[in-house]
Amino acid sequence: MEVTGTTTIRRPVSEVFAFWRRLENLSMFMEQLDDVRTTGERTSHWRSSAPFGRNVEWDAEITEDVTGERLGWRSSAGAELPNAGVVIFAPAPDGISTEIHVAMEYDIPGGEAGKAIAKFFGDEPSQQLDDDLRRLKQLLETGEIVRSDGAPWGKRAREEFPQRPAQPLTPEERKEVLGS
Amino acid sequence: MKATVWAGRNSVEVREVPDPSILSRRDAIVRITSTAICGSDLHLVDGYIPTMQNGDVMGHEFMGEVVEVGPGVPPDRLRPGDRVVVPFPIACGACAACASELYSCCENSNPNAGIAEKMFGHPVAGIFGYSHLTGGFAGGQAQYARVPFADVGPLKITSDLSDEQVLFLSDILPTGYMGAEMCDIQPSDVVAVWGAGPVGQFAMDSARALGAAAVIAIDKEPYRLRMAAEAGHIPVDFTEVDVRSQLLELTGGRGPDKCIDAVGMEAVHGASHIHAYDRLKQAARLETDRPHALRQAILSCRSGGIVSVIGVYGGFIDKFPAGAWMNRALTLRTGQCHVHRYMQPLLERIERGELDPTRIITHRLSLDEAPHGYDIFKNKQDDCEKVVLTP
Repeated sequence: MEVTGTTTIRRPVSEVFAFWRRLENLSMFMEQLDDVRTTGERTSHWRSSAPFGRNVEWDAEITEDVTGERLGWRSSAGAELPNAGVVIFAPAPDGISTEIHVAMEYDIPGGEAGKAIAKFFGDEPSQQLDDDLRRLKQLLETGEIVRSDGAPWGKRAREEFPQRPAQPLTPEERKEVLGS
Repeated sequence: MKATVWAGRNSVEVREVPDPSILSRRDAIVRITSTAICGSDLHLVDGYIPTMQNGDVMGHEFMGEVVEVGPGVPPDRLRPGDRVVVPFPIACGACAACASELYSCCENSNPNAGIAEKMFGHPVAGIFGYSHLTGGFAGGQAQYARVPFADVGPLKITSDLSDEQVLFLSDILPTGYMGAEMCDIQPSDVVAVWGAGPVGQFAMDSARALGAAAVIAIDKEPYRLRMAAEAGHIPVDFTEVDVRSQLLELTGGRGPDKCIDAVGMEAVHGASHIHAYDRLKQAARLETDRPHALRQAILSCRSGGIVSVIGVYGGFIDKFPAGAWMNRALTLRTGQCHVHRYMQPLLERIERGELDPTRIITHRLSLDEAPHGYDIFKNKQDDCEKVVLTP
């Protein structure tokens, strides 16, 4: 299954590329990713809990690395959910912003795991990626992921409706949301 | 704290809710000193804006004193003790829309942008107290409010102007002004304004301030028309005359050069069968908005004129007079107000005495009396034009 997404970020290409190239940053805006750890010049270790309800970990390697233009990666042999992705970075016509075009491919396995994954992606597999890119844009343009009273979770979007009412959080809810 | 909350369709209650706190680095907490009920709040109460939830704190017109700021708000921009008016759209100040001063289209301030995008094609900014479609932000008809991107929005008031003189910079004065500004008013222009509610009144005053030769007010409530007439505008009661004929009469057959729709989605038509047609379709959800004012504005406007829409629409309309619009070279301009753009220049107009926003206030109530305020405003009882609430 291939999923594509695109957005324009009002920051220079060099900055947007550098942010993405530091793979540790990906878990700041990708809802499913718990963390990414660089393990070598071209290798990294990825850990995800959602959408499977249990931890999934895999190693990945960079397949293309053209500074300011293009970044590609794929999971190493033996990954439970084989996947690959490429991001293309390009200056926008305004001379200020950066267009990014993302294409990700998942090799969805058979069996129960495959069903769970298919269910998670649902009818609109690109929605998850769109939301991830929206959060990336917020991070790079404003410095943080926007929170409201109705949707205070930041990266953990939980966009399902109904949301919590648009009224201030209790101290307990605040602690849960901010982790402090 | 106490807050006015949406408790279901046609139900507003004052409830005890948690006090707001800083959630993001660029937040401020404001202790509210004055807040108001807006005509667009009635669309929420009447159930025409989707994604409201029981317990949502209402209100997007408010001002007060900053009591706390997050670490991301520079002290030279805002600090505790500052007296501020808060603009109703929430804007980040950094995206392409904000850079173009299109603050109500901010690309980053709505955490539910994905839903708004599905409905409107592209996302819209977060708005205080105005459904989850515009972010699910708690509103300002309360004792305190959390203000995100506080380094961008709030306007500091350093002069001794009263709350009532500056409160409406939060929404209705800039909204009315933008309605007139979009008309590119020339000295020879006759401007007709549909709706003599608070926004309509300010659109009329702004049209005159921008140099219109004459301003016509169209409504059906005698007290609203009286208020417009007292401010020097020409009243037209659409229940007593045929609006198009009257407008031709008032303009030597030319039609108004510029038309402003300050009514929006819940318009009432003078001819009961036409009103019934759209009211029925709306009740059956076959169309979401009743566009009588917009249709009439398009048909009435002189060829080559501008129709400026500041009344709120939420969804879809039928029988849009595309033929009149196209063949007579009309320009249709619109937008939720980009309030940030207008606050400082309009503050200066108030200071110079060119605009008097207090002239529309008819009711001053406590926050506890908010449900009553909604009731009289919605039902146009007791000559209610504008309700200001004091928490």
